Amino acid sequence: MIKTQALVRSFDGVKALDDVDLHIEKKKVTVIMGGSGSGKTTLLRLLAGLDKPTAGSIMFAGEDLAKVSRKRLYELRMRVGMVFQYSALLNSLDVYENVAFPLHEHTDLDESVIQTMVTMKLEQVGLRGFERMMPSQLSGGMAKRVAFARALVMDPQVVFFDEPTSGLDPISAGVVSSLIHETTAKTRMTSVVVTHDVQAGLDIADHVILLWQGKVIAEGNPESIKQSEDPRVQQFIKGEPNGPIPFSRSQTAYIDDLLHKPGCVRMS
Amino acid sequence: MQAMMNMVGQVGRNTLQAIAKLGDATIFGITTLRLFFARPWQGKHFVMQMYAVGVGSLIIIVITGAFTGMVLALQGYHMLVKVGTEALLGPWVALSLIRELGPVLAALMFVGRAGSSITAEIGIMRVTEQMDALEMMAVNPQSRVMLTRIIACAISLPLLVAIFDAVGLFAGYVIGVDMLGVNGGVYIGETIDKVALNDIQAGFTKSVYFGLLVGIICTYMGQRATATTEGVAKATTQAVMLCSVMVLILDYIITSFYL
Repeated sequence: MIKTQALVRSFDGVKALDDVDLHIEKKKVTVIMGGSGSGKTTLLRLLAGLDKPTAGSIMFAGEDLAKVSRKRLYELRMRVGMVFQYSALLNSLDVYENVAFPLHEHTDLDESVIQTMVTMKLEQVGLRGFERMMPSQLSGGMAKRVAFARALVMDPQVVFFDEPTSGLDPISAGVVSSLIHETTAKTRMTSVVVTHDVQAGLDIADHVILLWQGKVIAEGNPESIKQSEDPRVQQFIKGEPNGPIPFSRSQTAYIDDLLHKPGCVRMS
Repeated sequence: MQAMMNMVGQVGRNTLQAIAKLGDATIFGITTLRLFFARPWQGKHFVMQMYAVGVGSLIIIVITGAFTGMVLALQGYHMLVKVGTEALLGPWVALSLIRELGPVLAALMFVGRAGSSITAEIGIMRVTEQMDALEMMAVNPQSRVMLTRIIACAISLPLLVAIFDAVGLFAGYVIGVDMLGVNGGVYIGETIDKVALNDIQAGFTKSVYFGLLVGIICTYMGQRATATTEGVAKATTQAVMLCSVMVLILDYIITSFYL
């Protein structure tokens, strides 16, 4: 469905993604995991066409997203949905108008048909009856589910999820995770999930990609990831503070900083 | 010597940054305005934005217009009476309002009321990923969010200036004729006699350019705001400051063409 080749994304000369080759399979849940700053959100934005790579290609339905025109990109996006980390509901619109937004924009359907479709999607996420609530009146979990309904309303082939469970209580996180899993199975869509929630990620994934410092360090089904002998993978899935992935990002020796040695950090 | 060199270097860097930003804002303005001719047509959204920025600014424009007209009449009467030309109070109030104070003061009020809210709204939309969400739903945010607000500003401000002028003229008449005793017929007659089409044209031209300027600067600052709460607050303050200064500079330039 989506393939990347030698993908590089740099910010001010610093590589956030370095030589990433991926294959996202059709009708499966692919979970991209990694710690903070590992490049997973950067990768998701590239896959969704929200950002351009510094080098390499992103093939979606046979076309390189790095090279297509804006018009063509918008045509391709008709087949794509996205659930953002902070839901990204349009503040000035209520739940119904948010979910119906893509239909109002891109179809000439009768309002009664749109109403039926919105009701179906809201029922799918368990929020039928909340149509007239404003985004500011919704809890984090409810907003995520409305965003999910909006992403599904055009019946997309691919849905991207950016940290779908972050900031949610365990029940809401569980509901969102099972929604992703069940909807992918029922509608036979492709789901790409970016998360640092190891348990939720491994539970819903058909395929897992683990990133560290902008590189893919492990890839495979959840079982093979759990069995991986790579100490970085084990440290990440067990959440251990000590290991090959350092907790401290400091570049200088602690003692040198305390002794104010030349070349160390100075607070002025 | 080193301190001097550092200062010169800093001034140079700031100047280059300011020029780069000006260029960036100009390109932003041109590319956004070009979308006016692109499909889909944003007609309904232009109207909605005109309501938000125009109707929302109406009360402050009416109040400012009324008090400006009143103070012009009061101040003008006491000045003109000294040289025995209080009969010219009508043209004094009308020309001051139509040519200068109407467009400038209405624009400054508009910046404070509508411009700041445009920058803050766009900045918050960026922070909360709403711009990316529009992109992902195949809706061009530059067209839907930026262009609609710029055009709304360019259409709303001239209308607000017309209201400002009308309210100001009426308030000036009430103070001049009913309170200070200037002859009503003379007041209106002299006003009609002395105000030329060129004066109205100057005021109208200014208000259209001010509207475009405010729209472009405020949307640009919102779009380029750092995606943090502090970044949005800073961008909003800078947008108001920059718009106010630019309105006064542009006012001088346009006035010099119409004199």
